[in-house]
Formats: sequence, C-alpha cells, structure tokens
Amino acid sequence: MKISKDEVEKIAHLARLEIDDSKKEKIAEQLSHILQYIDKLKDVDVKGVKLSSGAAFMNNVLRNDEPEESPGPPVTLANAPQRDEDFYIVPRVVK
Amino acid sequence: MEYHDLTIETAKKLLFDHQISSVELTSALLDRIEKYDDDIGAFLTVDKNWALEQAKKADQDIANRNVSPLTGVPIALKDLLCTKGIKTTCASKILDNFIPQYDASVVSKLKENGAVIIGKTNMDEFAMGSSTENSSYKITTNPWNAEYVPGGSSGGSAAAVAARFCCAALGSDTGGSIRQPASHCGVVGLKPTYGRVSRFGLVSYASSLDQIGPITKDVKDAAILLNVISGNDKKDSTSATKDVPDFNLALGQFEKQSLKGMTAGIPKEYLSVDGIDPEVEKVFNTAKRILKDLGVEIKEISLPHTEYVVAAYYIIAPCEASSNLARFDGVKYGLRQKSCDDLIDMYKKTKSKGFGPEVQRRIIIGTYALSAGYYDAYYGRASQVRTLIMEDFSKAFETCDFILSPVAPAPAFKIGANMDDPLSMYLTDIFTLSANMAGVPGISVPAGFSSKGLPIGIQMMANRFDEMSLLRAGYGFEKTLKIDKKFPEIER
Repeated sequence: MKISKDEVEKIAHLARLEIDDSKKEKIAEQLSHILQYIDKLKDVDVKGVKLSSGAAFMNNVLRNDEPEESPGPPVTLANAPQRDEDFYIVPRVVK
Repeated sequence: MEYHDLTIETAKKLLFDHQISSVELTSALLDRIEKYDDDIGAFLTVDKNWALEQAKKADQDIANRNVSPLTGVPIALKDLLCTKGIKTTCASKILDNFIPQYDASVVSKLKENGAVIIGKTNMDEFAMGSSTENSSYKITTNPWNAEYVPGGSSGGSAAAVAARFCCAALGSDTGGSIRQPASHCGVVGLKPTYGRVSRFGLVSYASSLDQIGPITKDVKDAAILLNVISGNDKKDSTSATKDVPDFNLALGQFEKQSLKGMTAGIPKEYLSVDGIDPEVEKVFNTAKRILKDLGVEIKEISLPHTEYVVAAYYIIAPCEASSNLARFDGVKYGLRQKSCDDLIDMYKKTKSKGFGPEVQRRIIIGTYALSAGYYDAYYGRASQVRTLIMEDFSKAFETCDFILSPVAPAPAFKIGANMDDPLSMYLTDIFTLSANMAGVPGISVPAGFSSKGLPIGIQMMANRFDEMSLLRAGYGFEKTLKIDKKFPEIER
C-alpha cells in the first residue's frame, strides 16, 4: 500500500495532528514502507477465524451499583491547564 | 558486601536483622545515583526527601517489628506508573507537568508492603520503542558500554537495576519492553500473564497487550516482587480473579530439585528467523545444553504463524494507541498550547507539540488502519491472525511446560543505529511480541555475553498463569550458569 502526501494530511487531521509540510513526504514514505510489510497479513487464510481482542477473560465484570466517595472537583481538576473553579476552560467551540 | 550489591532478598535479611537501616541503604543508593547517573541517564525523577521519608518510616516499622515483604527496600518505577504527588511524565513533553492525584494499584501495593520508591525511570515515550531513544528528555546508555542502547521501552528501569542504583524496579511490557531491556542489560525481567497484575494507574499504550512486571538482579527477587504486585483489583476489570500462588515460597521448595520432568519446546520457526546474530545463537545453544543437563527434556515444537506476528502486532498496538492517546487533548491535564483559533486548532497544536515523532507515527498508523474503509483489511484481519497466534500457543503448551527462545535477535545495538528506519526497529521484537499477543507470561534471564562484553539473555514463555514454571526453570538455570561478572563496573 502506497500512502500519498495528501493521505498523510487527511489522516493527521483525523488524529488531530498538525504535520509540518516539510515532513509529510518522509512520513508518507515511512508509512508506505511499514504498510507494505503489513500487507503480508493478506497471505494468511483467515476464513472463518474469529476475531480476538486479547487475552482477558471473556466474562462480564459487574459490581454493585453503590455510591462511593468521589475525590471531588479540586482533585479531579488539579491538573487542568485552564479552569474556572469547577469547570474546565476550552477555546471557543461555536463561532 | 556493598549497599549497592544488595538484592531484595539480601537487603531484607540485613534490614530485618537490624544490621543496616533503610535510611543508610537508601542514602547510599541516592549518593550512587547522584554520582553516576549523569553518565547513564536511568532516572527522570529522583526526589531525595520523598525517598528518605519513606525509608525513615520503614525503619520505624522495622523497629516496631511491623515488617512486610518489602519493608525498607528501595525500588525504582518506570515513569508511566502514577505516583501520587510525584511527577509522572511517560517521558513525554505532553505530560511534562503532570502530577497524579492517585497511586497506580501496583504503587499502592509496593507502599503497603513497605517499599521505598527511590525514583522514576526513563523510557521510550509512552513505552513506544525498543531502545529508550524515543524519550523526550534524555538518552539512557547501557551500563555495560555507554555507546550502546539499554534496550526499551523500560530501558531506564533495566539500566537502574544493572547499574545497581536500586534493589529492583518495575517496568511494563507491551511487546517485550521488560524482557528485551533486561536481556540487553544483563538482568532478570518478567512479563506476567495478561491479567495477573492490575493495570490501574499505568498510563495505557495498548490496553490488550500492556502488563506491569518486575526487573530484578536475580530470579528469586522476581518471585518476591511478583508476589507483591499480583492479584485481582476491582479498579481494573481485566485483572484476573484467579488465585495467586506464593511464588517465592514455591521457589524455595524447588531449591534442591533438578528440573527433571520439565519439557521445553523450541519453535522451529524461531530458528529460521532472518538475521539472528551468531553470538546470540551460541549463547542460546549453551543455555539449551545447561537446561538439558538439569534434566529438562528439549523438543522441537511449531508456532506456525510466527511469520505474521510482527505485522499483526504493528496494527493492533498502534490502533489501540491511537484510541488511548486521544485523551491527551490539552483540556484535562498536561500540555496546552496557547493562542489557538478554536478547539480543533488547540487539539492539533497541543498534540503536535507534545508528542514525539515515534508516538505521532504510531497514532497515524492506528488512525489510518481504523479509518473508514480500512478497518476490515487491517484491524479486523490482524485480530483474526491474533486468534491464530493464540491457538498456536495453546497447542504448543499441550506438549511442553515452557517455550525456550532468544530474547532479541542480536545484543544491544549502538545508540542511533536504527533511528531512521522504524521498520527495522520493529523487526527486532520478533521473539517477544507473541507473549503479549497470546497473553502468556515470559521471562528473560541473563545467559552470557557477546565478544564485545554486552549481555545476552534467554527467554522462556509458559502457559497462561504458569509464571511458576518460568521462575522454577529460570532459577535452576541461573544457579547453574557460571558468569564471571554479574554486574558492570560503572565507577569509571
């Protein structure tokens, strides 16, 4: 699979990354190289094989719905880069 | 014996017999770090006052005969384990100012068991890498030879143990990140079964593969540390409810026994992997002979899907990473870029400034593989291949107790050697990735040296929840192997 510069730009936008124009070519090249290697997965016969998402026990883990003490906003928001008391501040969303 | 030579086991004995105090031991190690870590770069954060406070408390506990399995023993932590009130960066600029408000479950367990946390160690940013060169802060050098990498991603933890800056350390392993640096630094590294150890408070990279484990000076210490950190945790729904055996006690019972009755499988596919260094092969063959002499039956087995492990892994891990790392958005914690046009612009500027090149690369691979139209071809297919890999392992363990292999195809490489070619770096993970894909435990035990004096380890992998077989075989092997020099001299 060959990845173009435009595709890198599109994926970067989906991932919310801003990539310097000068680096796009190199990233496209590295990505193509990696995906070319990954293409070998196409050689595997996976007909009828189940998907596996990992080695965790496939049982549902439930707990009783009982309220527990919460650390509260002063703790939860302690690392916020910008806040106003109990609220996070973010740049304007609606123009 | 010097303070820095102490293992968990020997330190405990001296501490509990009142022959040394934890403050003395901790101070001696802090001095050693101050003197030599400028050259090695194992630590990102060392907080002397914090360490000494914990040591003082441990000494009081010992005086009151209130001792736990790690009371007073200095342990280092990979800097992706949350420590309440102490900076936790994941070696990333995006978490440069992040101070966790809670402890990871393994950290709580260490504290409850009396450990002294001596510092936070360097790593590849967000654990993405095999050399610790992807740290946004510093390079860690291999304590055996400063021109070489210590391996990664837990390179700081492995180097700290090899340089004898601590009695032991914790690392994390998503595709070999405990075992490979342990092998490159000549120490013991154990990746437990997926679910054995709670991941709560571990900053996630690829949640279905990540596992926390010990990096230690010997196998006995790995058992002691595994005892403390294992067990179900209601804060991690993937942590197993299975009973945890007393690994250390069981190991003591095996002390005088040979390994007779154990069977080791060697996958025939591993021997035909391209580019295995002849020195690694030599060490591996010697290890095989030693195990045979100890009574282990060695047989050839097959893991038919070995050829596809790297490709499947480098889809699954980046996919999970692209989702996990979306949380670093400049809103709740970490870096935030100022003066942005709008929210999306803030996300973009923050992430691009905060994440290093390898992290961005994996986010892009993951985002691409999960984007509309590609899901089935990449993530879907990789997940099916993962099922086949898991089945390979289940079948293999019907006929053997553990699988024996090299840890990495070659000893540590020179700093900078692989930085421009990500794929060639990925391919060095061939022997370690499978354990994470299948969720099985694996251990790396020192087994010899290259002609340049760089350590080479061997890997053993066992069936799920059978860490005991690894510890038993590793312990027997370690006792029998003759190594002239167990640790490097860093006092240059």
